[in-house]
Amino acid sequence: MRTILFLVRKEFLQIFRHKVLARMIFIMPVVQLLILANAADFEVKNISLHLIDLDQSTASRELTGHFEASPHFRITGASFSAKAGMNDLQTGRADLVLQIPPRMEYDLRREGKAQVQVTVNAINGVKAGVASAYTGAIIQGFSNDLRAEWLGLSGPEVKPPIDITFSNWFNPGLDYSAFMVPGILVLLVSLIGMFLSSMNIVKEKETGTIEQLNVTPIRKYQFIIGKLLPFWVLAMVSLALGLGVGKLVFDIPMVGSLGLVFLFAGAYLLVLLGFGLLISTITETQQQAMFLAWFFLLVFILLSGLFTPIESMPVWAQKITWFNPVAYFVEVIRLVLLKGSTFGDVQRHFAAILGAAVLVNGLAGWNYRKRSG
Amino acid sequence: MEKVITAELLTKRFGSFTAVNEISFEVEQGEIFGFLGANGAGKTTAIRMLIGLSRPSGGRAIVAGFDVARQPEQVKRRIGYMSQRFTLYEDLSIRENIQLYGGIYGLTNRDIRSKSDRLIGELQLEASANALVKSLPLGWKQKLAFSVAMLHDPAIVFLDEPTGGVDPLTRRQFWEMIYAAAERGTTVFVTTHYMDEAEYCHRVSMMTEGRIAALDTPRKLREQYNAADMGAVFLKIARE
Repeated sequence: MRTILFLVRKEFLQIFRHKVLARMIFIMPVVQLLILANAADFEVKNISLHLIDLDQSTASRELTGHFEASPHFRITGASFSAKAGMNDLQTGRADLVLQIPPRMEYDLRREGKAQVQVTVNAINGVKAGVASAYTGAIIQGFSNDLRAEWLGLSGPEVKPPIDITFSNWFNPGLDYSAFMVPGILVLLVSLIGMFLSSMNIVKEKETGTIEQLNVTPIRKYQFIIGKLLPFWVLAMVSLALGLGVGKLVFDIPMVGSLGLVFLFAGAYLLVLLGFGLLISTITETQQQAMFLAWFFLLVFILLSGLFTPIESMPVWAQKITWFNPVAYFVEVIRLVLLKGSTFGDVQRHFAAILGAAVLVNGLAGWNYRKRSG
Repeated sequence: MEKVITAELLTKRFGSFTAVNEISFEVEQGEIFGFLGANGAGKTTAIRMLIGLSRPSGGRAIVAGFDVARQPEQVKRRIGYMSQRFTLYEDLSIRENIQLYGGIYGLTNRDIRSKSDRLIGELQLEASANALVKSLPLGWKQKLAFSVAMLHDPAIVFLDEPTGGVDPLTRRQFWEMIYAAAERGTTVFVTTHYMDEAEYCHRVSMMTEGRIAALDTPRKLREQYNAADMGAVFLKIARE
């Protein structure tokens, strides 16, 4: 026990003496949250629109007016040729081209229907999908207005038979940061847990200082706890700091118990720290360790449901996420903070993460050798 | 005299390469035992087996009464080790390094404090006791590393090229420290490339290609090989 205390003290002395590292640990959460929470936002705004109004009628001007008034669109070009529109699309000046055919108003009055053409740049599939949906909604609204106006109908008759209204549970304002901030905090904690711990041990291999420790009667578990405990503490402090910033700056909801979040974070960190330790036992240099840690972390993060919903992944990828500790923590922190889930609701997650902790640490402990060759 | 190191046909193979080939020798308590040989002769591999860092492929070795293959942790409790590379923490101060290793070897806080003070006094490092170790010149680092290896009063101290790259005056002081340790009854097992240092040892072994080619007192080796000094002995053996 006393040996562990000496080791932990040494680690803290080294970490806080390392100016860059110490600052990173405390500044990173704040910067990461402020930047990522604002930038990693899937709400599509500022869709560049090229207008080709070949009708120049009251109706066509009314339709273009709808687009001008929408916060999602920005009219970046207007012309009378489809060619100019395509050109804008190709050069990236426009995301979407709306072409109103000649005699649209005439057709509408005569036939009761008309067509407009929408061309979308679909390189970014998400953005294209959202832009088409917005466009469809605006055109639908316009046609409803027209029917009401021209047919002289008003009131409930013109409304579609089913009127859909939404009520968004657990994130009523559909606030993006409420969704992203907890997820980004997971990322942060993971980075400290897996990266710093593995680098730290491999650095001792590189400088040879680990050899001096290995000729002492120090026990394996003492070394492992002495190495991992400081980073466990730092990651928890970092999480607390991040939650504080999340509350103060983004006013993220904290419906459930914060204690539960920290409890789960503590268990989750055991997995990541163990993983970092495992990486350090199979690598000899910081470069190798960095490459391995980064590879796994990237896969974990992309398959975590942080940026893209797990439910929309292919089935085989969904199965991989069962073995992804990051996915469990992302889900738990969102469930607890936004939905107010209790221990009973996430006990399955606890069981999985504790199982992983035992497995990973067992493997790392078994693979860690005081003796080489 | 009591034997503190006994090696019998100690062997280390890496695949098809035999780094240490059936070496046998004994070292007595309080002896300064020189372990000489050309680069790549297998000295460091042999030491790593004796201190429990490397598992022997064959033969056996008893160090401080314990088998290095089966009870390496018992051996580690009773030995000190200073490697070729400087392995104290450069980003900790002198005092912090001493505290860390004192703590690991289970010294009491009072012992750690008194030993730190005595050691820093002996090394005349009072002025830089709280300076980071990386700011020290190499010679001082080596003396500090030796002192830390001696912190828990080990029965045997293993020194792997302790004076490499150090100036003659500091080397001289270093050997005074070694003699003082031997006087107190600590056995010193030392490798070196400096042949004048080989003369300071009580007994010297010469390794070539994983085997011990000669083992005796420096005087007898000079007589046996009809050489003026240990340098000439070394060259004769190495060329054989």
